[in-house]
Amino acid sequence: MSVLIIAEHNNSELNSSTLNTITAGTELGDVDVLVAGENCADVANAVAAINGVNKVLHADASHYGHHLAEELTPLILGLAENYEHILAPATNFGKNLAPRVAALLDVAQISDITEIVSSNTFIRPIYAGNALATVQALHAKKVITIRTVSFEAASEGGSAGVESISAGEQVGLSSFEGQELTVSERPDLATAKTVVSGGRGLGSKENFAIIEALADKLGAAVGASRAAVDAGYITNDKQVGQTGVVVAPDLYIAVGISGAAQHIAGMKDSKVIVAINKDPEAAIFNFADYGLVADLFDTVPEMTNSTKIS
Amino acid sequence: MKIIVPIKRVVDPYVSIRVKSDETGVDTGGVKMSMNPFDEIAVEEAVQLLEAGTATEVIAVTIADSSSDETLRSALAIGADRAIRINCETPLQPLSIAKVLKNIVEAEGAGLVIMGKQAIDNDNNQTGQMLSALLGWSQGTFISEQTIDGDTVKVTREIDNGLETLTLKLPAVLTTDLRLNEPRYIKLPNMMKAKKKPLDTKNFADYGIADDAITAGFTVQKVQEPPTRKAGIIVDSVAELIEKLRDEANVI
Ligand SMILES: Cc1cc2nc3c(=O)[nH]c(=O)nc-3n(C[C@H](O)[C@H](O)[C@H](O)COP(=O)(O)OP(=O)(O)OC[C@H]3O[C@@H](n4cnc5c(N)ncnc54)[C@H](O)[C@@H]3O)c2cc1C
Repeated sequence: MSVLIIAEHNNSELNSSTLNTITAGTELGDVDVLVAGENCADVANAVAAINGVNKVLHADASHYGHHLAEELTPLILGLAENYEHILAPATNFGKNLAPRVAALLDVAQISDITEIVSSNTFIRPIYAGNALATVQALHAKKVITIRTVSFEAASEGGSAGVESISAGEQVGLSSFEGQELTVSERPDLATAKTVVSGGRGLGSKENFAIIEALADKLGAAVGASRAAVDAGYITNDKQVGQTGVVVAPDLYIAVGISGAAQHIAGMKDSKVIVAINKDPEAAIFNFADYGLVADLFDTVPEMTNSTKIS
Repeated sequence: MKIIVPIKRVVDPYVSIRVKSDETGVDTGGVKMSMNPFDEIAVEEAVQLLEAGTATEVIAVTIADSSSDETLRSALAIGADRAIRINCETPLQPLSIAKVLKNIVEAEGAGLVIMGKQAIDNDNNQTGQMLSALLGWSQGTFISEQTIDGDTVKVTREIDNGLETLTLKLPAVLTTDLRLNEPRYIKLPNMMKAKKKPLDTKNFADYGIADDAITAGFTVQKVQEPPTRKAGIIVDSVAELIEKLRDEANVI
């Protein structure tokens, strides 16, 4: 059976979340990918070169440029009859769009799956990852969002055809005004091999530079707890957790973070977890492979300045 | 403009949950329950619009059994004008909730719905988008700011690499993110006042919904404990930490 994947991209580059979604899709059937945007032919061509892609559907129109859910939904509904599964990444892009599609198809959506058991049965975390539910979809058509860290990124090497499809009418319910994107030389938080996260223990925005310095030394992405984001130490897109970004790097270093369940939900699948916290009772130590009970203001700069890390 | 705020009673976020040994679900017996935190933010936002004179009435709605009455009372204590509980003994799935909400929104003639972006029990993050779709309205999800201006609302959304601003035509469905506001602390006099505010119990039929119109889209076959991480060690110094990360874990 066929699978339709909704690509996440910014009109010039494909978001890596699409690669993980393609891998999930290939477990279910033949994968077609919809690339809808404005002047996004480069993205369509890039998707065609990914292993496992059968066909790329490219829809170009100015009203798809900002990937508004109200605009993309009718386009996807028009394609839906050919597919048994419609997949999107469980990023803010996919979370915003997929339920709108599911509701108008009158089918359930299965959110944020971490494993595919069969074509209609999936595993997904609930209660901040404190339980794993095995759910069986009952509708013939399934709309699913994919937890990206649970599926490998598909590699390059394919040579699918790109088919242009006509754009729908503009819906016009919403319009894009602007965006404030975090610009950074550091690796992307969602896909970085190493993440250094800071919490309330940092105490101020100025002090948060300690985290950034260690991240730069390690070539790592910067993450944060909700408390650090709420206090304005760092931008919202860095929040790791149940209601933020889910990460699973090779190395996750939690600094001045207590280890609330909502934070753990976003990082406990990391390969190696390090906790630096001055409170020996902090819950984060229950999840850490290596714990250091110490003041972060001494130990983090010591680590950053160590000649043993190149 | 009438605002509808759908709310859900969930296991309190600061309670550790237990998976039932027969794998049928999560044990909620005797566990502290609260209003879903994102819904609390939604009620607060709606009440602020009421206080600013932008909204004329705020109605808190839930589709649940009578144990959710106290959750609706909390919404009334924050400042909602009245509450409606559609009696339903079994928890419904997001699409069904969205369908019931659609009929309530239409029956009330509401012009705005503000709701939580996700319930922290099932973590679905679907219902607001589904309701918006069924109503044919615009949607502003994961918002950290909103400004109503005539027949539009400008929203700032928390997205994966920062913030995005959209203008939505009203009516709209908005879903709240954590930074939208800080819900007020409920004072005792307001709790007392809330007891006198109207809380109506209704049935599906009152909104023209046939019982057989509400069907499940999936079944939960089992609920299991996640794998636990193996116990780690405490290191004594930065030097030892670096050595372990380099020579034992091979991650730096
Ligand atoms: C609906 C909801 C959703 C949520 N979603 C998320 C989410 O997605 N992600 C998330 O992270 N949280 C989330 N939270 C919040 C979560 O419950 C915690 O409040 C939050 O994670 C705490 O952040 P923290 O660990 O930085 O702060 P705290 O719990 O205050 O911990 C600070 C830690 O720093 C340590 N410390 C202080 N000073 C020093 C020092 N000098 N040296 C070393 N250590 C020091 C302290 O010992 C303490 O352990 C959510 C909460 C709710 C209700």
